[in-house]
Amino acid sequence: MEYLSIVFQEVYKILFLLVPVLVSVAMIVWLDRRVWAFVQKRQGPNVVGPFGLLQSLADALKYIFKEIIIPSSSNKVIFILAPIVTMTLALIAWAVIPFSATQVLADINVGILYLFAVSSLGVYGIIMGGWASNSKYPFLGAIRSAAQMVSYEVSIGVIIINVLLCVGSLNLNDIVIAQQNMWFVIPLFPMFVIFFISALAETNRPPFDLPEAEAELVAGYQTEYSGMMYAMFWLGEYANILLMCAMGAILFLGGWMSPIDVYPFTLVPGALWLILKILLLFILFALVKAIVPRYRYDQLMRLGWKVFLPLSLIWVVLTASYLFYFNLLPVN
Amino acid sequence: MIAHAIFFYTFSIIAVVSAIMVTASKNTVHSVFFLILDFISISCLFIMIGAEFLGMIMLIVYVGAVAVLFLFVVMMLNVAQQKNQWFAGQSTSKHIPVGLIISTLIFFEIIIVIGGWKYKPEIFDINNSLANTSVSNTHSLGQILYTDYIHVFQISGMILLVAMIGAIVLTFRQRSGVKRQSYIKQISRERVEGVEVLEVQSNKGVKIDD
Repeated sequence: MEYLSIVFQEVYKILFLLVPVLVSVAMIVWLDRRVWAFVQKRQGPNVVGPFGLLQSLADALKYIFKEIIIPSSSNKVIFILAPIVTMTLALIAWAVIPFSATQVLADINVGILYLFAVSSLGVYGIIMGGWASNSKYPFLGAIRSAAQMVSYEVSIGVIIINVLLCVGSLNLNDIVIAQQNMWFVIPLFPMFVIFFISALAETNRPPFDLPEAEAELVAGYQTEYSGMMYAMFWLGEYANILLMCAMGAILFLGGWMSPIDVYPFTLVPGALWLILKILLLFILFALVKAIVPRYRYDQLMRLGWKVFLPLSLIWVVLTASYLFYFNLLPVN
Repeated sequence: MIAHAIFFYTFSIIAVVSAIMVTASKNTVHSVFFLILDFISISCLFIMIGAEFLGMIMLIVYVGAVAVLFLFVVMMLNVAQQKNQWFAGQSTSKHIPVGLIISTLIFFEIIIVIGGWKYKPEIFDINNSLANTSVSNTHSLGQILYTDYIHVFQISGMILLVAMIGAIVLTFRQRSGVKRQSYIKQISRERVEGVEVLEVQSNKGVKIDD
């Protein structure tokens, strides 16, 4: 009985986290399309519900009632597993995101490594989908995206090392608390910029959406998917984008901490601050989608390996030397 | 403790079964996927004995990077065909006997390692190695790696670097006739350099690009 109540408590907590995440994924799809439209002087989805807020729900309903087509020459098990893997990986990462000092599902002491590991596993959903479809466009898209995600993971890893040097702990709450006096975006601003661009590449967002470049590859790895399976890919992708925004907010923008530590601001709950910061980063993501043209593939690889990787490595040396010279290295 | 045991046996059964399936499955891409499942369940086991840093690094390095390359290679090469040909006795490939020799060597090495347990039990005493629980194992790993074993650590890093550069040098080939793009040059071009207005006489034409 004791076990059962613990299990129920945990399930309740998980639902309390996952349901808002799923709802907000639906909402940010709407926000993405709205911001994109406004940049281009259009209205965007504004018909279903107030301001078109229910557009994503209408879309979801449509996807649910569409027929799921499984190509006869595909590898069926892996074909069906691929969207499930994408979706699951996008959701399990939220377990370690701290919404305040106490509101966190799993306060593990390698939180940032867990986040990094889960986001690097995200490539499997795409490779599996692309390979199992047994078709040219999905396979090309999958190969592109695998190479792209592995390359940009390297620079994200090095950027995380930069932050960790200043914190001295892998726990996400410790990372947030270390930014009490100054958000890391100020001393590590170049790293923040590189992180933002790498996050765009890691989540296959424009201008790095080569895996699904519609002009060349139809829809990349999603070409053969239909109905709810396509919707799951799509939800997983947006959940991943939100996750990268949350990661950026925690690493550089002070996570759940209020921007200024004075009376009326400290009343606002930490979760709200984190959500606002995630939204700010997401609106930047959406703006980039609207204003930047797509990269060519060789330029993408050049940017990742020849520009971002050396720059972030040099910055690691700089940060470490600065902290060492001024005796600021965190010791515990 | 029961929950712990349930999780332990779940992960270890998945690990063993998927390890068997790596060799047993007919489709090579499936065996790579089983290998990935094996890596994941082993990293879960690492986390269960309190080595969360090792488990996460296992996930990041092996599953996130190495297995992706594996998958790449296996998807590109048609390995299954080659294997079937050898078993049918009509192959010219010399790689598979070498592979068999290496795998028997590894098999005997594993037997020796497992046999070594009997004579050095104190090394594998888990209670002994996890005595200091006040320090997280990331810190304790760092304290050992960067103090007592700093030279070994640096040397292994250098060897990896040399191996990487060696691989690049071996596969690098200078191709002639490749037009490289210089971004600075492209951006700093003026109209005067790129465009020339010519008077074209009728029935004569102009000769361009010589």
